[in-house]
Amino acid sequence: MRSKPFLTVAHRLAILAYIVVALFPLFWLLKVSVTPNDLLYSEGVRMWPSRATFEHYTFVIAHSAFPTFFKNSLIVAGSTAVAVTILASLAGYALSRFRFRAKYWIVALMLITQMFPLVMLVAPIFKMLSPLGLTNSLTGLIIVYTAFNVPFATFLMQSFFDGIPKDLEEAAMIDGATQFVAFRQIILPLTLPGIAATLGFVFTAAWSELLFALMLISGNDAATFPVGLLTFVSKFSVDFGQMMAAGILALIPACLFFLLIQRYLVQGLTAGAVKG
Amino acid sequence: MTLAAHPHAVRPLRKRIADASEPYLYSAPALILIIAVMLVPLVLGISYAFRDIQLLNPLSGGFIGLDHFRALSEDQAFFRALRNTLWWTGASVFLQFLFGLILALLLDKPFAGRGLAQALVFLPWAVPSFLAGLNWAWLFNPVIGPLPHWMHALGILDAPNNILSDPHLAMWGPIVANVWWGIPFFAITLLAALQAIPRDLYEAASIDGAGPVQRFLSITLPFLAPTIAITILLRTVWISNFADLIVVMTNGGPADRTQIVASYIFTQAFRRLDFGYASAIALVLLVLLLAYSMLIVLLRQTLLNKG
Repeated sequence: MRSKPFLTVAHRLAILAYIVVALFPLFWLLKVSVTPNDLLYSEGVRMWPSRATFEHYTFVIAHSAFPTFFKNSLIVAGSTAVAVTILASLAGYALSRFRFRAKYWIVALMLITQMFPLVMLVAPIFKMLSPLGLTNSLTGLIIVYTAFNVPFATFLMQSFFDGIPKDLEEAAMIDGATQFVAFRQIILPLTLPGIAATLGFVFTAAWSELLFALMLISGNDAATFPVGLLTFVSKFSVDFGQMMAAGILALIPACLFFLLIQRYLVQGLTAGAVKG
Repeated sequence: MTLAAHPHAVRPLRKRIADASEPYLYSAPALILIIAVMLVPLVLGISYAFRDIQLLNPLSGGFIGLDHFRALSEDQAFFRALRNTLWWTGASVFLQFLFGLILALLLDKPFAGRGLAQALVFLPWAVPSFLAGLNWAWLFNPVIGPLPHWMHALGILDAPNNILSDPHLAMWGPIVANVWWGIPFFAITLLAALQAIPRDLYEAASIDGAGPVQRFLSITLPFLAPTIAITILLRTVWISNFADLIVVMTNGGPADRTQIVASYIFTQAFRRLDFGYASAIALVLLVLLLAYSMLIVLLRQTLLNKG
């Protein structure tokens, strides 16, 4: 049965409308970041400035603390993504393959953690980390972000493991491998899309986190991108061109990661989450 | 004979212990971290609600019983924040869900370039929330953003002003930003659920003469219902706790018109460093959210039992 041409056109137009709405704010960010200062106000509403420039980018990269923020964010988001993926693979595997008494409680605990107002943890975590010297340190941020992201990542990994037949590791175990060896050498390589999805998901989340970064970090040395950009807003009399250039730079790693993984994210949720 | 009847009893004790502890070994690292960094602080946070904790005051820390809650019951700003939270959460979740469902249905049909279209429409979710907030604040700013001028041209606004500084309209700013940012989440989860529906059901239904609307109502919706319930539950909880956009875009202003409970907690904790009072507010929010979640879970259970 072929659908009517009118419906097809309406469908494509609707998709196009979604794409335009999704991309327009990002396009505007780009537009202001390449607009020279003297044209910023006179050509405020034009779709593209009559003269484009990269001076804001060179200023931000050469004369501001943004390279430090960028490096800090990369360290924090990268380490968090790796740590979470390792912990979530192990825990997700346990939830997917074993029947054990505490399973129900572990799932319940992880679900409940999704419900906390994280703002409520701000004060206690600050008080706990400060005697350990973990405030104003990237390590402290990594630990906190890892804990926050493990529950959801565990469910995600579990759904990927659920999609892999059990016979594979059972065959390996009959051949004498322990379950851990079977897990590492047979199952993990098969879940690479899942691992990619989890890595990307956590990286983006850690890259964007603002509240805890604001609270735990006070100096410029350990500040991540969100904190840096916010202090930028208050410190300088608003220089929109530079701020938007910094914003575009902050956007690049998160978007790259996301474009790579979004396909696997849908796959993973299809494979498992719906069955549960 | 007993031994033969229970073959696993003859296995060496060490092996049995190792087998039984294996799942715990896999999940222990994640669990320990969650307990240390989330559960312990939560319990501490609950205890702070009954104590006088001010960061800069070394004499604070004593138990004061229900004093914070007494103060809270007379705090007009809190009740205003509570009303704002309802409005902010309700409008954001409803619009995100509606547009997310439409997008998921659109993307469920195969068409040339679907992969690319999907990557592009999901992109807003990758934008860091603080940046989404700043970006939309800039778009609403008549000096460098086009939106006020467009809305003026369309007759929605009397003059191209910044709606973020208009007490009556300010809340729409963060809501629009939130909807833009959150549509992909609903679309991704709903699309995943849609793709898990067996295709032959639709074929069978069209052979039986069911129209598209009928197919949607009798196949798609019932299959999506559990996913819809769980995503709406999660999103409601996340969004009512989600202060980033508001802190960045309006900081609760103008005149507290966009102050929600989450951003109010943030203000109490960081601007006034009154952690005790902040924890008391957070505890109230937690209780409200738990009550809401239980209601939704019960509703879902009754719906599932009926079906």
